[in-house]
Amino acid sequence: MADIALHFNQVTKIFLKGKDHLTAIKQLSFSLKKGKVTGLLGPDGAGKSTLMRLAAQLLLPDEGTIQIVNQSNDTDSHTLSNSIGYMPQRFGLYEDLTVQENLNLYSDLHGLTDNERVNRQHELLKLTALGPFGGRRAGALSGGMKQKLGLACALLRAPQLLLLDEPTVGVDPIARRELWTIIQDLKKHHVTVLMSTAYFDEAEKCDDILLLHEGRLLEHKTPQQLIQRLHNRSFIVTHQTLTKRQLHESLRTREGIQDVRINTEGVRVLVDPQHIPIKNEQESWQPITSSFEDTFIDILGKNSIQHVTSANHSSPTDNNAIKDNHHTVIAVKNLNKLFGSFQAVKNITFSVRKGEIFGLLGANGAGKTTTFRMLCGLLPSSSGELFLDNIDMRHFSSEGRGRIGYVAQKFSLYGNLSCTQNLNFFAHAYGLKGDKKKERITWAINEFQLIDYLDMNTDNLPLGIKQRLALSCSLLHEPAILFLDEPTSGVDPIARREFWQRINLLAAQGVTILITTHYMDEAEYCDRLVLMSLGEILAQGTPAEIRAMTVTKEITHPTMEDAFIHLIESHEKDIRRAS
Amino acid sequence: MLLRIWALVIKEFLSLVRDKKSRFVLIGPPLIQLLVFGYASTFDLNHIPYAIFNEDVGFASRQLVARFEGAPSFEKAHVLTQEKEIGPIIDKQEVLMVIHIPIDFTKNLLNHQSASLQIIIDGRNSNTATLALNYANNIVLNFNQFWANTYQWGTTPSELIVRPWFNTNLLSRWFIVPGIVSLLTLVITLLVTGLSVAREREQGTFDQLLVTPFTPTEILIGKALPGLIIGALEGFLIVILAIYWFKVPFVGSIIALAIGLFLFLLAAIGIGLMISSLSLTQQQGLLGVFLFLVPSIILSGFATPIANMPLLVQKLTLINPMRYFLIIVRGVFLQGDRVIDLWPQFWPLALIALFTMTIATWLFRHRI
Repeated sequence: MADIALHFNQVTKIFLKGKDHLTAIKQLSFSLKKGKVTGLLGPDGAGKSTLMRLAAQLLLPDEGTIQIVNQSNDTDSHTLSNSIGYMPQRFGLYEDLTVQENLNLYSDLHGLTDNERVNRQHELLKLTALGPFGGRRAGALSGGMKQKLGLACALLRAPQLLLLDEPTVGVDPIARRELWTIIQDLKKHHVTVLMSTAYFDEAEKCDDILLLHEGRLLEHKTPQQLIQRLHNRSFIVTHQTLTKRQLHESLRTREGIQDVRINTEGVRVLVDPQHIPIKNEQESWQPITSSFEDTFIDILGKNSIQHVTSANHSSPTDNNAIKDNHHTVIAVKNLNKLFGSFQAVKNITFSVRKGEIFGLLGANGAGKTTTFRMLCGLLPSSSGELFLDNIDMRHFSSEGRGRIGYVAQKFSLYGNLSCTQNLNFFAHAYGLKGDKKKERITWAINEFQLIDYLDMNTDNLPLGIKQRLALSCSLLHEPAILFLDEPTSGVDPIARREFWQRINLLAAQGVTILITTHYMDEAEYCDRLVLMSLGEILAQGTPAEIRAMTVTKEITHPTMEDAFIHLIESHEKDIRRAS
Repeated sequence: MLLRIWALVIKEFLSLVRDKKSRFVLIGPPLIQLLVFGYASTFDLNHIPYAIFNEDVGFASRQLVARFEGAPSFEKAHVLTQEKEIGPIIDKQEVLMVIHIPIDFTKNLLNHQSASLQIIIDGRNSNTATLALNYANNIVLNFNQFWANTYQWGTTPSELIVRPWFNTNLLSRWFIVPGIVSLLTLVITLLVTGLSVAREREQGTFDQLLVTPFTPTEILIGKALPGLIIGALEGFLIVILAIYWFKVPFVGSIIALAIGLFLFLLAAIGIGLMISSLSLTQQQGLLGVFLFLVPSIILSGFATPIANMPLLVQKLTLINPMRYFLIIVRGVFLQGDRVIDLWPQFWPLALIALFTMTIATWLFRHRI
């Protein structure tokens, strides 16, 4: 037991939801090694947060025991809980207090002496690079900075066991990289870390992985061990004439292929161990080392991935879509937005063609959301031109709005209405009635596999299902343009994958899609994208063009994330890193 | 357009009714408040605790004491024998008043002289003290008349015969319960409308609404209608309870009440939507409702008469919709007012409604 920090023994946790018993954790047993970073992975509703809260002693198990091994072997529960640091998904920062005041408050709450406090805070501010922002209100910080401050507050007491519940969700790649450095740094201090994450690159950097599914532990191995099982099953496929997206479509339905996704080099394929897929003539197949994401899909995907087959989105302009591919749908010219004296968006210009998937990328606080809101007509622009399908957005009419679909960041649905009621409401909102309405709602239910959830209140749905419902609601009226604001944030990888399959199909049918995302691997799915920083456009073009901009001697094949960090850091150097 | 508004209204109702908590908020508190206010808030004094300090041994003083003992509103708590007991018993609030009958009371009366009687009263609550004193005065007045008739002092030069109209027995419940109709209607309407936009802002669904083909006016109507329907239903429910449960007479025109309720609801909905479009969170919305509610109740004449207020404040009450509706409700309940009688209340209420709805529409368009 000497090298074990946390031990779960046959733990079961059951929640009562009305008359139903919901088993969140089923007979779970594992131990965490001291001084290691363990990643907790699993689809939505796997019981990750419940596990975290059990470990933090916020919940008591219904069966089994949880042992937290203290260095001093003290069993007093107060000192025991003192050695745990816990950061929930949304850390309880006091938004009206400044960074320094938040730190002081948590120092008081943890009972730090004055001496300890000064040293510890200094150390943490240096670690998180928040020093220059000490006087700023926590509410005015960007998402990434808030997470860093939250982490700093959780670390004040120098815990022996640190529990982090999705600390990197909704955080841009730069801040994510910084957070990760901080976590790695903790290993030097022999802190045991258990963190849940939705990012596979992070999971791969962990020492150990716990893979959770429906409250059961599927695997507890090192990432390397997990990847090895997929020996010789991953390939990069490229095609001489087809685009990546077209190739993706063609491979997706082929026998013997378990998973397909677009990445930097081409289309990444995971083949079935039993089947050998047929290779087409113009395709070149190159074996590559498997990644952790492949493993995840391999273990979990078999049962849960449902291939999207028909996106029967019969927009009347379908036939023109193919001929008329260069027709500009969204035109933005010298767009500006001022909030008082603060210029949130500075003179940006871009255009989106019909049937394109257009990405809007940027760090937290780069002006993405502001731009997005102006495009949807939610926010008037200060100056500049904005045309959607040749409609001037300054006089954005009711009919104009009927042509766009919009999925907001948190999948804005009416929480205490059932799925059916939400669908009905949005169908009416878009003026659908009679048979047409019935037909579209049936389409949505079949297409998005909502049949099992129809009578449930949307508040109680898992995030992945909420996302599907939100998307289906925004597609009921067959819009020509679809706006998606961080549609995959916090959604599990399998749901994300399904989501992108749908988006690909929609684009192929001539729907123009504008999307913001924090997942750099998703940027590869875009036809073209703009990279924003501090309200300006830094780069614009296809993913390949943007990556090419950052090729250096050291990094000859930059990933999208490398390119993103490189471009933004060089632009924001003086402002971001004042320390 | 009608279909879209209808969808909005259905959605508002569903989200109110499907949620256990908001369902309760709509039905529970109004009924509880009605019962609590209806029974508890009364100006009538029923059990006035008093003490007798009778130094006189004569029969006249005993007759007077008997009158107090027989009065239903008075309750003898103590009999004092020494003057120094008076102070402490009032201080400790054991009694509200002490009746001190001096030693020569009977003797003076028998000599056809006026006899004095001392009443010491706890004046800390001036309202109660005045009322109690009035009751005591009444008893003494009756005693005087009886004495004058029996012992041939001659008839009193003028006699006061009081006959209250509209509320013959001066029951304060008849005055208060109709007031509660307007109070609770206002509270419910403000809660339903004042939080509706803020709730959607908080959940992020408001943006979603704004990108659909709904025009701001349609959204406004969709938000106003549920408030109107719920307010009207609750208003009439309370009226029915006032009539059949509290037995308050309803002698006026129901149409006049309906017109008044409609205009009042419009004014309240306008205010609710104003608050709602200004607040970003439900918490702000609730605070806004509360900030509006308290002064509007105090300045309405619900508890204290407007005529007693300083002139400037009286002018201020002219913009308070509840002031007018209160007059309408009390008018139709007790006075038997018809539509014609209430014109002076209808038109300012209509004006206020028009004003608040216009401002709400304007805010709605400019705060999104």
